[in-house]
Amino acid sequence: MPILQVEGLSHSYGERRVLRNLSLEIAVGESVALLGPNGSGKSTLLRLVAGLITPTAGRITLAGSAAAAGRSEVGIVFQETRLLPWRTVLRNVTLPLELAGESLVTARATAAAALTRVGAGGLLDRSPAEISGGERGRTALARAMVRTPSLLLLDEPFAALDAITRARLDDELPELVAGASTLLVTHDVAEALLVADRVLLLSADGEIALEVPGLRGIPSAERRAALLSPEGAARQMRLYAALDSVAHA
Amino acid sequence: MRRLSQLTPLVVAALLLAAWEFGVHVAAIPQFILPAPSVIAVRFAEAWADGTMLRHLVPTVTEVTVGGLLGGALGLLFGVTLGLSGSARRVVSPYLVAAQSTPILALGPVLVLWLGPGLAAKVAVCALITLFPVAISTLVAVRDVDAGTLELMRSIGATRWQTLRYARLPAARSGILAGARVAATLAVVGAIVGEWLGGTAGLGILLNLARGSLFDTPLLFADLLQIAIVGVSAYGLVLLIERVTSRRIA
Repeated sequence: MPILQVEGLSHSYGERRVLRNLSLEIAVGESVALLGPNGSGKSTLLRLVAGLITPTAGRITLAGSAAAAGRSEVGIVFQETRLLPWRTVLRNVTLPLELAGESLVTARATAAAALTRVGAGGLLDRSPAEISGGERGRTALARAMVRTPSLLLLDEPFAALDAITRARLDDELPELVAGASTLLVTHDVAEALLVADRVLLLSADGEIALEVPGLRGIPSAERRAALLSPEGAARQMRLYAALDSVAHA
Repeated sequence: MRRLSQLTPLVVAALLLAAWEFGVHVAAIPQFILPAPSVIAVRFAEAWADGTMLRHLVPTVTEVTVGGLLGGALGLLFGVTLGLSGSARRVVSPYLVAAQSTPILALGPVLVLWLGPGLAAKVAVCALITLFPVAISTLVAVRDVDAGTLELMRSIGATRWQTLRYARLPAARSGILAGARVAATLAVVGAIVGEWLGGTAGLGILLNLARGSLFDTPLLFADLLQIAIVGVSAYGLVLLIERVTSRRIA
């Protein structure tokens, strides 16, 4: 059974339609990246899957039941890290556990382990204002993963970072989130190929226009090289060409 | 450089006092019109030494503390309720504004009629005058929390109450405290106005005594100085709370 099943999904904001009859499935442990021009409904799809908005039409089934806000099977990383500035890094990550009624002692231990896993174990008592953009990204990732979700939704999580930090996190991401299925929204073709098993391209009116295999299955040390290999370059070119075509359709 | 900027207000105050002292002597202004700062200082010390000031200070501080806390708590409650509920806001806001637009001096006699000339009426005046700034600042701060933060709270399963406790109130802290700063000084105004409506002791009563039956202008000014000290202390207390809570990143 797939972890996520989207059937005939459409969504409109008033008169403006952003998704049209979209269907997709994500298998357990699979990573899918969504590319598309602005306004094609990529972020809307993530919000629909997270249960934060209700679709105009269609059905979303998550781990066998309908999508709803706050389900522990789903973790989401927003484009802005949305760390609470009045809480330390550790307490930002304990928050989902505190809300679920876990004791602070247990929550602290679990959150510290999640932060260590994403390479932010040295930041526990720091304020979000004191850490770098990359560290904030790692903290937001740890917060999304602290409830060990089956599906991780990533909405351009590294878009605001500098190129070097972003490249490093793109290289690390498949290993950081290992075990969870992921649905990544991005504008970056290379990022999509590096972190996903499948890359889907959404057209301007929110239909899947193209599907290209990603490079996630390749060992991390060889992934960048694979991206620059003739085959990787060909996949990038196909995606760039299709992106250009749907953006100007 | 920082020490110099900290000293500047004191230097300005010393210069103003010196000019006042000098001006009063040079222009030979009678003491019952405008006493010199040195005369006020001596009268201030005398009023403390003979117990006059303390006798009148205690009731005023009590009214400011009880009335301010009551008004602040009610303002917080109103502000949070109205900040969370659009329909409550539409129903209650016009009445809140109307109540605030009515001069507190006009409401005073009604409060004395209902609550008597004792502590209760003065506390009520203080509470009413402090309620509005706290309610409005809380309403705005709680209502206008960043939409992204609220979406985050929904995504991690927060209930309405948890969102209030973990996101809205901490995010609204500085807005609420800005209202509390205004309320702290208004509480002193409320206490003085309340005392003018009747009573036997309080800094407001002492103002009337010094101006009227005692005809003691230096005492009048010493009392004004004492009222200012109470106001600045109340304001300083809110600032202290603001500093202590801002350091507490949990």
